[in-house]
Amino acid sequence: MTTLHTVNKSPYQDSALASCLRFAAPGSAILLLEDAVVAAVAGSTWSQAVAGAGEFRWFVLAADLVARGLSGKVLPGVCVVDDAGFVALVVEHDKTVAWS
Amino acid sequence: MSRKILFLNRHGPFGSNAGRESLDAALIAAAFDQQVSLLFVDDGVLQLVKNQSDAPLALKDVSPTFKSLGLYEIESVYVDGDSLKARGLTPDDMLVPVAVLEIEGVRALIEAQDAVLGF
Repeated sequence: MTTLHTVNKSPYQDSALASCLRFAAPGSAILLLEDAVVAAVAGSTWSQAVAGAGEFRWFVLAADLVARGLSGKVLPGVCVVDDAGFVALVVEHDKTVAWS
Repeated sequence: MSRKILFLNRHGPFGSNAGRESLDAALIAAAFDQQVSLLFVDDGVLQLVKNQSDAPLALKDVSPTFKSLGLYEIESVYVDGDSLKARGLTPDDMLVPVAVLEIEGVRALIEAQDAVLGF
């Protein structure tokens, strides 16, 4: 049974991602969308936490990166997904936990 | 079909409607015979503090509704121990009996559910 966690708030603004990292079981998938995509920017403060949390499978939503002009800066190891990929992630997992 | 549904609360009372919406949804789920649990983490633990009040902000105080959880057969109210401690609170400050969980307990609780609704 694996769980998908989604985070839509910027970690610089809200503790949602920090709480998700505390409470998600190892092996879970974490999808960053909306303002949270900033956590996947390589070289950022929060990208260190993302890079260090290798017990999770990391995903980031393409549309939110592109809109924000961030698509060239994604941390290696974070998988960029489009909207169809988002749907596939939800379908593949037993449940989805939205951290907002 | 009865499923295990966890209502995950991260926000305090009065600053937003998240708490009220979460509680309404939880009571409705329980009324439809789902196996409902409530989890409070981060500022969510503030929703359970005793002696809240409508009057100063002219905003509805939702907290008395927690006293009627038993009527809906919702017995499982969990709080994150670290969130309580960080805010200078203890289980004695809570207006209903709560089960205090450490990190591993919260992880296991989430994994055990059929569905989790975050507020």
